[in-house]
Amino acid sequence: MSDRVRMTGWALLLLIFAAVPAFISSARWIDFLELTLFVAVLGQGWNILGGYGGQYSFGNAVFFGTGAYIQALLQYKLGIGPWAAMWFAVAGTVVVGAFIGYLSFRYGLRGSYFALITLAFSEAFLVLSRSLKSLTEGGRGVQLPLNQDPAQALAAFQFNFSDPFLRSYGFYYTILIILIVACALTWWMERSRFGAQLVAVRENEEAAEALGISAFRVKMGAICLAAAISAMAGIYYVQKFLYIEPGIAYGTGKSVEALFAPIIGGLGTVAGPLLGSFFIHGIGEIAKETLGRAMGDRPGIDLILFGSILILVLAFLPRGLAGLLESVCKRIGGGRDA
Amino acid sequence: MELFGLSIPLYGWQTVLGSAISGVFLGSIYALVALGLTLIYGVLHIINFAHGALLMLAMYGVYFLWRYFGIDPYLAMLVIVPAGFFFGYGLQRYVIGWASHGKDEIILLVTLGIAIVIENGALFFFTATERSVRVPYDLDGIDLGVTYAVYPELAALAGSLLITGGLWLFMTRTDTGKAIRAVARERQGARLVGINVDHIFAVTFGIGVACVAAAASLLVPTYPVHPQIGSLFVLIAFTVVVLGGMGSFVGALIGGLLIGVTEQLGRLYLGESLGLITVSLIFILVLLFRPNGLFGQKTGQGSS
Repeated sequence: MSDRVRMTGWALLLLIFAAVPAFISSARWIDFLELTLFVAVLGQGWNILGGYGGQYSFGNAVFFGTGAYIQALLQYKLGIGPWAAMWFAVAGTVVVGAFIGYLSFRYGLRGSYFALITLAFSEAFLVLSRSLKSLTEGGRGVQLPLNQDPAQALAAFQFNFSDPFLRSYGFYYTILIILIVACALTWWMERSRFGAQLVAVRENEEAAEALGISAFRVKMGAICLAAAISAMAGIYYVQKFLYIEPGIAYGTGKSVEALFAPIIGGLGTVAGPLLGSFFIHGIGEIAKETLGRAMGDRPGIDLILFGSILILVLAFLPRGLAGLLESVCKRIGGGRDA
Repeated sequence: MELFGLSIPLYGWQTVLGSAISGVFLGSIYALVALGLTLIYGVLHIINFAHGALLMLAMYGVYFLWRYFGIDPYLAMLVIVPAGFFFGYGLQRYVIGWASHGKDEIILLVTLGIAIVIENGALFFFTATERSVRVPYDLDGIDLGVTYAVYPELAALAGSLLITGGLWLFMTRTDTGKAIRAVARERQGARLVGINVDHIFAVTFGIGVACVAAAASLLVPTYPVHPQIGSLFVLIAFTVVVLGGMGSFVGALIGGLLIGVTEQLGRLYLGESLGLITVSLIFILVLLFRPNGLFGQKTGQGSS
């Protein structure tokens, strides 16, 4: 029953998202939606490892950045097409995820130590991408050539010179499809044996081990899946902006953005990252329009709010907005039954 | 920072020694920032992600005292250190303790939230403009033969030694210090013998922030103040704390000096930008192979 309600809800939501071009034409609002869905994808990547696995990463930028850099460099240096580069971007990032995971989990780093080592790896990648100029073009960044031939728009995965519909909505649908893939993967994981083992490891690693679950293997699986999802966000970013540089790729900004959405939305739930992303960016947008504008368009107001909301959610809503929604639904449902 | 001007291509022993000496000065600054962090970790067992943001806030405090009241940055310590203590006390008792329900992972995220609020608050109210304090003596110093040390660098080195010594005395000689060590060792037991654990947690956090405020006074004459200045130090401070053993003051001092020297030598041999990789590498290697650090106790419960 509750499952059927949930599926209907998802189907309805999908329908609304797919039909967005029918009722939203303002480029500004499409940009807002794209940003929100992009952060939800980053958040879903964090949620797999942090929400379901209980391993709080403070350096998920390393996955986003590596995906973005591979996607950009394969096109820029080797002239490989974007649709082929994509697979290498995801696979390469999974290798990086496996490498970081192997070192961290093999040596049993948990809690604060895991947070610190992920932070250290993203910092190391930041320094390397700035320094290895012959490989990454250094701090200047990688600028991909703009495709100006409308006939090649799809092949080039660039919509700036395509027909009006794709020009306005091409990247919106790109990030929507990526989010659907990310949520489907998470949904599948939640129901699988692997997902159940991951949650068991989060709740009590020793007990899970005693039941014959290999915590190491389960966490490795989670970090690889998290890397793959975050890499997809990187691919979208590079194709949309045709540019990547070390600060955007590996700066702490993306790592922080990735953890806001799932924590506020609801840890370890499929819908949490999307819910959280909509909530904070909705509020951020309103704050920028009102308070920010009144103060002369100064930056920072949205992040002040995000930080405060994070603290308040941690204090009052341990299960995030999704948990709140669920208990409200239950209360209404319970009332009907009585 | 082009403070030390060591881009001489001849790597004779003078160059290397000069580089190592400036590494010691740089390292003493890292040690200063790391001292408060290691104290907080030793007692509360949490990584305070807001540490860099608090450093930045204290640096703004020192800057404004100088700008509007003409107070010398070193004298400003008399105001900024007590202010830091009370701010830290309140932060732990009424925000971190309140919001985290005592769960370690949640504390981590709460301090991250505080860091984001403070950093962007500074960006919003003070803007991204770099502000510098000019003191009449900031370029005077002593010629050490292989390098030149300005007084602010010497003051930072002396300050880090004094603060380490002072903290050690405080922790071993005073009742509050003993209570802090008791709480660090055994929370439940401390509570049973009548120690107010929540109060001690807040006092510890307050002292940690007071340390970072003292560091701010010593940093302002050499570093410009802007909202991002804290994040420049915080990652290195984490490295220092882990290297020295979480909770160990002497470890933080030696760890800071080691990191400073390594960074300077790394820059000398690998170049300005790639040289920084040495710090990240040390961080990763220590976390993997010696998570209790060089001087931390095996139990991971180190105090002083």
